[in-house]
Amino acid sequence: MTTMTNWLLDDSPSSRLQASLGHSYRVTRMLMRNPLAVVGALILLVLILAAIFAPWIAPHSPLGQNLGQRLLPPSAAHWMGTDELGRDIFSRVIYGARITLLIVAMVAVISAPLGLLIGAISGYFGGWVDKAMMGVTDVFLSMPKLILALAFVAALGPGIENAIIAIAITSWPAYARIARAETLTFRNSEFISAMRLLGASHTRIITGHVLPLCTSSMIVRVTLDMAGIILTAAGLGFLGLGAQPPLPEWGAMISRGRAFILDQWWVATMPGFAIIIVSLGFCFLGDGLRDVLDPKQGGKS
Amino acid sequence: MSAIILKDLDISYGHTKVVEGVNIEVAEGESFALVGESGSGKSTILKAIAGLAPDWSGEISVLGQPRGRSVDQGFATRCQMVFQDPYGSLHPRKSVDTVLSEPLKIHGLGNRDARVIEMLAAVGLDQRFRFRYPHQLSGGQRQRVAIARALMLEPKVMLLDEPTSALDVSVQAEILNLLKKLRREQGLTYLMVTHNLPVVSFMCDRMAVMNKGRIVEIAPATALHDGSFTDPYTQSLYAASGGNPDRKD
Repeated sequence: MTTMTNWLLDDSPSSRLQASLGHSYRVTRMLMRNPLAVVGALILLVLILAAIFAPWIAPHSPLGQNLGQRLLPPSAAHWMGTDELGRDIFSRVIYGARITLLIVAMVAVISAPLGLLIGAISGYFGGWVDKAMMGVTDVFLSMPKLILALAFVAALGPGIENAIIAIAITSWPAYARIARAETLTFRNSEFISAMRLLGASHTRIITGHVLPLCTSSMIVRVTLDMAGIILTAAGLGFLGLGAQPPLPEWGAMISRGRAFILDQWWVATMPGFAIIIVSLGFCFLGDGLRDVLDPKQGGKS
Repeated sequence: MSAIILKDLDISYGHTKVVEGVNIEVAEGESFALVGESGSGKSTILKAIAGLAPDWSGEISVLGQPRGRSVDQGFATRCQMVFQDPYGSLHPRKSVDTVLSEPLKIHGLGNRDARVIEMLAAVGLDQRFRFRYPHQLSGGQRQRVAIARALMLEPKVMLLDEPTSALDVSVQAEILNLLKKLRREQGLTYLMVTHNLPVVSFMCDRMAVMNKGRIVEIAPATALHDGSFTDPYTQSLYAASGGNPDRKD
C-alpha cells in the first residue's frame, strides 16, 4: 500500500500515466478530507447504484397496480407505503432514480459542452464574435429558467425528452458566461501567444489549451447546478409537462400525491425526500469539488 | 543571407504609432540586442516579427522570406520566441512533456519521446522533470522549459524578450550561459530585447539603442567597453548604467 502511495505521489513521475494518476489521486485525497463532499459522493453513489440495480432492489413492480392495497401507510411490506393505485412507492422511487439520473446526465452532456464551447469561442476571439454570441446568451439569461423551460415544453409538447431539451436550452447560457469570463483572463497570456507562434490553429488552441483551463470551474458549476436541474425537472413533472404517467418520475409522483397530502402524507412526501436528498448530495459534492478544483478559492479552508 | 531584415518598419497599436522607421539587418549567426528604456518599443518590434502585433507597415523578412501579416506554420519552424515571464508563458495545467510534445504534434513530427528527452538534456533539465507541472518548477527551470519549447522545431532565429529579467540574479547567469551555449552549438541567430547593458556585453555582438520608438544608434557591443557612442541619448543611457559594465568598482 505504501509503495503504491509513494508511486502515486512521486515528485518526478516517470511516465504520463503515473503523472496523471498521481494528479487524480491528489484530487481524490483532498476531496476525501471534506466530510460533506464524501456524504455528497455517497448519496450520488447510492443514486447511481439504485438506478443500475433497480429491478433487483425494488420489491414490487413500479407500474403494477393493486387496487386492493391502495393508500396503505408505510409498513414492513411497503416501506414507503402505496399510492392511490396500490403501487409500491419505494419501488417507484427506486425506479425514479433512473429517470432523474437520465435527465441530469443528458442535460449535463448537452448544455455543459455547448456553453463551454460558445463561451470559449466568444472570449477567445472577442470583437464582434463576442458581441453577437453574448447578445444571444443574454436573451436566454434574461428569462427565468423554469418559465423558459415551461415555454419550450409547451411548444415542443410534454414528455421526458422534450423536458430534457428544454432544460438544456435554458441552462447553457450560464456556462457560456463562466467559460467566457475564464477565457478572457488568459486569452492574451504568453502561453497562448507561444502556441500561436508555434503554428497552432485557433481550433487547436481553443480545444487543447483554452478549454482545459475552463473545465474545472465548469465541473464545479455543473455539479452545483444539478440540484437546480433536478428541481426544474421535478417542477415540470409536477406541472404535468415532464415525464408522463405512469412513469415513476419524482415530481409527477408529488403532483399525484398532492390530492391526498392531508390524509395520506407519505404519497407526496417520499418522492419529495428523494428529491431533497439527491439535490443536497449534488450541492455537497459541488462545494467539495470547488474547494479542490477551483484555484481561486480552493485550498484555503 | 541576413537572418532578419527590417525595412522602414512602422508599428502601431490602434491610432498610436509605437515604432517608427526602424531599419535593422541582423546577419545569420549574429546576436543582436535591442536596448532602450521601458516603452521605447523594443518588445513591440519582436512581437511584430513574431506576428503578434499585426498592425505594421514596411518590410519584415526572416531568413530571406518576407513575413505575412498572420502566424503561419512555415514561419514557426524558422523563428521562435522566448517570453519575458516564465510564470506566464507555460500553460498551468500541462506537464513539461506535453508542452514540449505540442510543437511536434502541431507539425506532425514523429519520434516525440526521443526528441523531448534530447531537448531536456540540451537545456540542462534532468529527466525527472519531464512529467512535472509548471507549479512544481522554479522560475529558472520554467524558463529552461520555455527555451526548450521554442527550440523543439529547430528554428534558426530566436527572438528573446528579456529572457532573464523576471529571474533571480544567480539564475539569470545560468540562463544566459545556457543561451550562449545553445547559440554556439546550434548556430542560432538571436535578436534580444533587454534593458540590461551587462547582458548585452555578455551575449551580443551588436546593439541598437531605441528611444521613443526610433532607433537612435546601432553600435557594436564593444562600444560598451570604451564608451564610443556618438548619439547623446546613448551616451546618457551608458552613463546612467554606470559606464563600462565589465569594470568592477
